[in-house]
Amino acid sequence: MLNEIRHIISDAAVKYGWVMEPDAKAILKLAGINVPRSHWAKDIKEACEFAAKIGYPIVAKIVSPQVVHKSDVRGVIVGIDNESALAEQFVRLSKMKGFAGIVIEEIIEGLELIVGAKIDYQFGPVILLGLGGTGVEIYHDVTIRMSPLSRRDAELMVKKLKASKLLEGYRGKPPVNMQELFRLLLSFSDLVSELADEIESIDLNPVFCSQEHCIVGDARILLPSRIREN
Amino acid sequence: MNLQSLFEPKTMAVIGVSLNNDRHPANVIFNKNFLRYRVQVFPVNPRGGSFQGQTVFTSVFEIHRKIDLAVIAVRAEYVPKVIDDCIQAGVGGAAVISGGFAESGRSDLQDRITTSARDAGFPFIGPNCLGVYSPGLVDTFFIPIERMVQPGSGNVALVSQSGGILVDQMIKFATEGIGLSLAVSIGNKAMVNELDLLNYLADKADNEVIAFYVEGFRKNEGREFVKAAFNCPKPVVVLKAGRTPSGMKAVSSHTASLAGDYKTTSAMFSQFGVVEARNESELVSFCESLSCYQERIEGQIGIVSGSGGHGALAVDFCMDYGLIVPPLTEQTQKEIRESLSASVQSIAAIGNPIDLTGSAVDDDFVAVARLLGQIQEIDCIIMLLLPYLPGITSDLGARLSQISRQQGKPLIAYVPHVDKYRMLIEGFELNRVPVSPSIEGAVLMAEALKRRKPC
Repeated sequence: MLNEIRHIISDAAVKYGWVMEPDAKAILKLAGINVPRSHWAKDIKEACEFAAKIGYPIVAKIVSPQVVHKSDVRGVIVGIDNESALAEQFVRLSKMKGFAGIVIEEIIEGLELIVGAKIDYQFGPVILLGLGGTGVEIYHDVTIRMSPLSRRDAELMVKKLKASKLLEGYRGKPPVNMQELFRLLLSFSDLVSELADEIESIDLNPVFCSQEHCIVGDARILLPSRIREN
Repeated sequence: MNLQSLFEPKTMAVIGVSLNNDRHPANVIFNKNFLRYRVQVFPVNPRGGSFQGQTVFTSVFEIHRKIDLAVIAVRAEYVPKVIDDCIQAGVGGAAVISGGFAESGRSDLQDRITTSARDAGFPFIGPNCLGVYSPGLVDTFFIPIERMVQPGSGNVALVSQSGGILVDQMIKFATEGIGLSLAVSIGNKAMVNELDLLNYLADKADNEVIAFYVEGFRKNEGREFVKAAFNCPKPVVVLKAGRTPSGMKAVSSHTASLAGDYKTTSAMFSQFGVVEARNESELVSFCESLSCYQERIEGQIGIVSGSGGHGALAVDFCMDYGLIVPPLTEQTQKEIRESLSASVQSIAAIGNPIDLTGSAVDDDFVAVARLLGQIQEIDCIIMLLLPYLPGITSDLGARLSQISRQQGKPLIAYVPHVDKYRMLIEGFELNRVPVSPSIEGAVLMAEALKRRKPC
């Protein structure tokens, strides 16, 4: 498994300088982390076929080595519900810089969290958990802990969030599945510890957490400059 | 690495004394140790001659004595040769005072001395530092003795990357009556770093608190440091510079931007129970408090005062720091009221905070301290004492301290610090109960015990 993961990373390093969403998700899947059903489509026909297979509505996202923050360039379209709308979006996205296809993906519901990792210069690998989505840099509600995490660390991370009440079920809303969230945090932390020398940071954002599941909606892996330049 | 000869030297060579400039750092260092410390000092200058009536040795080889510590204050480009000489002569270790290394672009010189010292297992502090202040034993700070403010000897060790910050903190320690066991300025920390000193001080018998001023850890050294601090039985306090990075560099991942250097450092400190001081006044309060108490508390504070205003302000500060001021049960409130003197019983406000009013006498404070000491909801007591109230005498400090010691529950006092109230303050301090000159400072002293708890 790790060999396969390393292979994906070194391949992406050579081709793009970082690990884009489709490859990042392939890595997560190999590490036992849940991702949505999705397909990297290079043309309209391929996109429509996969969308028909998983059923509308779907999510479409730009794949481009030059687009790190997809939402900022309106590169994420949620809730496309027919083939002609999909074709129209494909044409629009295909005009973006570095266009390399689009990701077609099933829609996942849930509270949006961010799970991240960073290889800190002073403290080595650390894991971050916070309230996610596009507002992540506004709320700044995050907890950081040294990797590898223990089960107790994962529990404390949830508890230390200001938003922990939201996760525990706030005002009649069902709580998120904590066992799934802990499992995700621990699998992720193991993966990060293994890859500490090969990566710079990882964003899993958003991670959709509901009463049933924790599924990674989007992911990217950034690589240290010495690997990027090789 | 054996650091003892650096901090408890019996013999010391001061290398670089000037025969014609008495303000030269080496001369200042030689003079103060020669005249005032137990350590035996030998001046060294390649030109020889005599200085202060002492023979100036042309090199360490000439001294013909086992030298524990060499203080090196020569121009940077001569330092590699001097270090090599020291190694060859079997010197125990060195403090390299000289600047002109990595801090001014000469990493090559720094690497040279570090490599030869490492190969030889020869410990040195610096370069670009003040070195060591070991009360009563040795002082390598190039500050004339009449300009130094020296705290009394005690159980707190201070380690600083910056010499200036270290000297300033020593002044504050002296003002607050905090005793020092050792002060080390490590400068560029080319060889001896924070982790080495943490390990050394963890085993040092006369030391109880280890405090650091850190500008930055080298690659992964922060990780090793917090792990060692977690395993250290003594409280470790760190004031870390760089809370607000000048010019955030552009980062392309959310995680890297959210987990900035400072946020990560702070999270690591709290995870591993390192007591993070966010500014100088926290550092001083934390050191004073932890030099008296080693407990880790949840932070459930009982507040007692002779003035409603003092209690209210203390509660506000507690809230600011996330300390809890739990309500007292009706039973406890009843017991407290019944224990008070007749004139206070009907007017005291018994909640938390407890306001005993300006009519309270020593016995009232003592009774409340005893009762709060027995209840579980409270793990630390803050006493806000107004020595100008007619019912309060200078005996109160010693009496309250005694109860705290008997019951084993940390007690922290606030008393305005003026000479007039000195006896009350000493009643606490001589019994190792910390006294703050401000209400916020007293709350910080409680916060120190909470921050020791890994979370």
